[in-house]
Amino acid sequence: MTSEPLVAFDRVGKRFGDFVAVEPMHLEIHKGEFLAIMGSSGCGKTTTLRMLAGLEAPTEGEIRLAGERINDLPTWQRDTPMVWQSLALFPFLTVRENVEFSLRMRGVGKAERRQRADKWLERMQITEFADRNVAHLSGGQRQRVALARSLVTEPEILLLDEPLSALDAHLKVRMQAVLSNLQRELGITFVYVTHSQSEAFSMADRVVIMSRGRIEQIGAPQEIYRSPRTRFVAEFLGSSNVFAGRVAEAAGGGIRVETPAGTFAAPLGELAAALRPGDDATFVVSDDRMQLSGSRPESGNALEATVLAEEFVGATAVVHLEGPGGEELRAQKSHDELARLTLSPGDKVWMSWGPEAGHVLPGG
Amino acid sequence: MSDFNRSAPVEWGLRAYLLLTFAFVFAPIAASFVFSFNVDRFPSLPLGGFSLTWYQQVAADPLVWEGLRNTLIAGITVSVLATALGFGAAYTDFRYNFFGKSLYLALALLPPTIPVVILGLAMLAFLANIGLSGGIHSVIIAHVVMCAPFAMAIIRLRLSQMDASLEAAAWNLGASQWVAMRHVIIPFCRPAIFAALFITMAVSFDEFAVSWFVSGLNETLPVKVLGFLQGQVSPKINVIGTFVFLTSMTLVILAQILLMKRSTGGKAGQ
Repeated sequence: MTSEPLVAFDRVGKRFGDFVAVEPMHLEIHKGEFLAIMGSSGCGKTTTLRMLAGLEAPTEGEIRLAGERINDLPTWQRDTPMVWQSLALFPFLTVRENVEFSLRMRGVGKAERRQRADKWLERMQITEFADRNVAHLSGGQRQRVALARSLVTEPEILLLDEPLSALDAHLKVRMQAVLSNLQRELGITFVYVTHSQSEAFSMADRVVIMSRGRIEQIGAPQEIYRSPRTRFVAEFLGSSNVFAGRVAEAAGGGIRVETPAGTFAAPLGELAAALRPGDDATFVVSDDRMQLSGSRPESGNALEATVLAEEFVGATAVVHLEGPGGEELRAQKSHDELARLTLSPGDKVWMSWGPEAGHVLPGG
Repeated sequence: MSDFNRSAPVEWGLRAYLLLTFAFVFAPIAASFVFSFNVDRFPSLPLGGFSLTWYQQVAADPLVWEGLRNTLIAGITVSVLATALGFGAAYTDFRYNFFGKSLYLALALLPPTIPVVILGLAMLAFLANIGLSGGIHSVIIAHVVMCAPFAMAIIRLRLSQMDASLEAAAWNLGASQWVAMRHVIIPFCRPAIFAALFITMAVSFDEFAVSWFVSGLNETLPVKVLGFLQGQVSPKINVIGTFVFLTSMTLVILAQILLMKRSTGGKAGQ
């Protein structure tokens, strides 16, 4: 890997009047990676993508593409094609004319244009629709036209703004596979903006999680899932149990946090290294590390909770519980184990986990 | 047609009502049309017999040809100028947000709400002051003012149906702003642009009051008709009326057809 990443955001921020859409941020995007930017609506993910595309100008900082500052380069002079949430296909052009569009704008001759467009039509398996109007295609076919139209110039980077959000669940999964394979085969950089955790985590090499114009965490999907760095991320992922409390003791490679639900122990991680007794801290434990039992286990962290409901999620089920202080808690279990436990709403049950399963974040 | 909860008498009643409405609107025009082919000097029943004399007389009248020439020059020029202005105004509204935008829109759409006599008088006073009254160009200026809001309204409606990211998508694919205008905005608006051309031409073609004030010696056809009426009642007026009506209707119907095939349009739509 070269020292300079393909894209660098250097203190890049964007304001609209008094509203801060993106706080000054640092972000590096490497050549050939699949990067997902995830967050709920209004978190600044789309603005970030649009700044990279040249559709919004940053109000501060510098964006570099292959080492060159591109802040002032208009979008039509960048080769940063985007696949739009609405797809934005040109309704007055045929499928082939749509795909040829950017070649035509760049003054490529008619014969070459057609040949290059046809190559992409074939690759995206839409050759048979070449002369049709885009209005007469299905959702998945339109999706492929949009991809072919963006890729026809063979760019180094492709930007995708929630392109799958209009598809039904079944087609979504199929298009995810198409996108993943395409990115691997082409070896170009994909920057994919989405609010969907399943899309981001199943396709991306690295995920950026944003909230209120700030980057909360950047990392590989597993890393983010296993060790969320902020309370926001832990709650956003939705699969963690989160306890707010105070540090009771931090010594000898371990840390103990006192919360309304009990005092829990975890290894002293890098994030919690600076914490002193009395500081606000958040204790996080993922729902698949939770044990459920009828009686209090002899060692480890434990608390007694009330069963609220069971939720079926395919191969496993999630049990929703309420802690002693009213905390919303969850545990992911196999159906076999749940059958042995015979839980029903209102039952009291012990939740427990080993110290190595939890981790502690600074702040309440 | 669905017929739930509808009794036959009500159904027939409504049809008769519709028929009467059309009759009320079109009877005078139809009468004018019928009498234009009648051989009699005065419009009275029973009809005297079929004849094309009045058409021959109209065709032989140089004053009519002069009026028609003025009307056509004005109509064509007005339609092009008003549509260009209307397009610009509609695109400004589509593309930009700025302080005072609602005021801008209100002002841009205002002219058709001003009574034509007032507009005509004001135009005459204004154009006379700056030395532009009494010519065909005066009619053109006044009609552009009257017609541009229609063009703007039609094109604005079309733009409101456009996916807002379409233009940005063109920029993103390598089209500069002017190129995107030519390759995306104008093709998308093409049916509305033609509709606006036809409608504004029809408005200009029919317009009487303002033309009467500002045209001076270069009278348009509707103004000529008044001149004829003041001199003598002649069936020639029926002939001119029929011609003007058919021309306007053709333009309006063409515009309507263009506006109806709104969804995709273009050559690939079929």
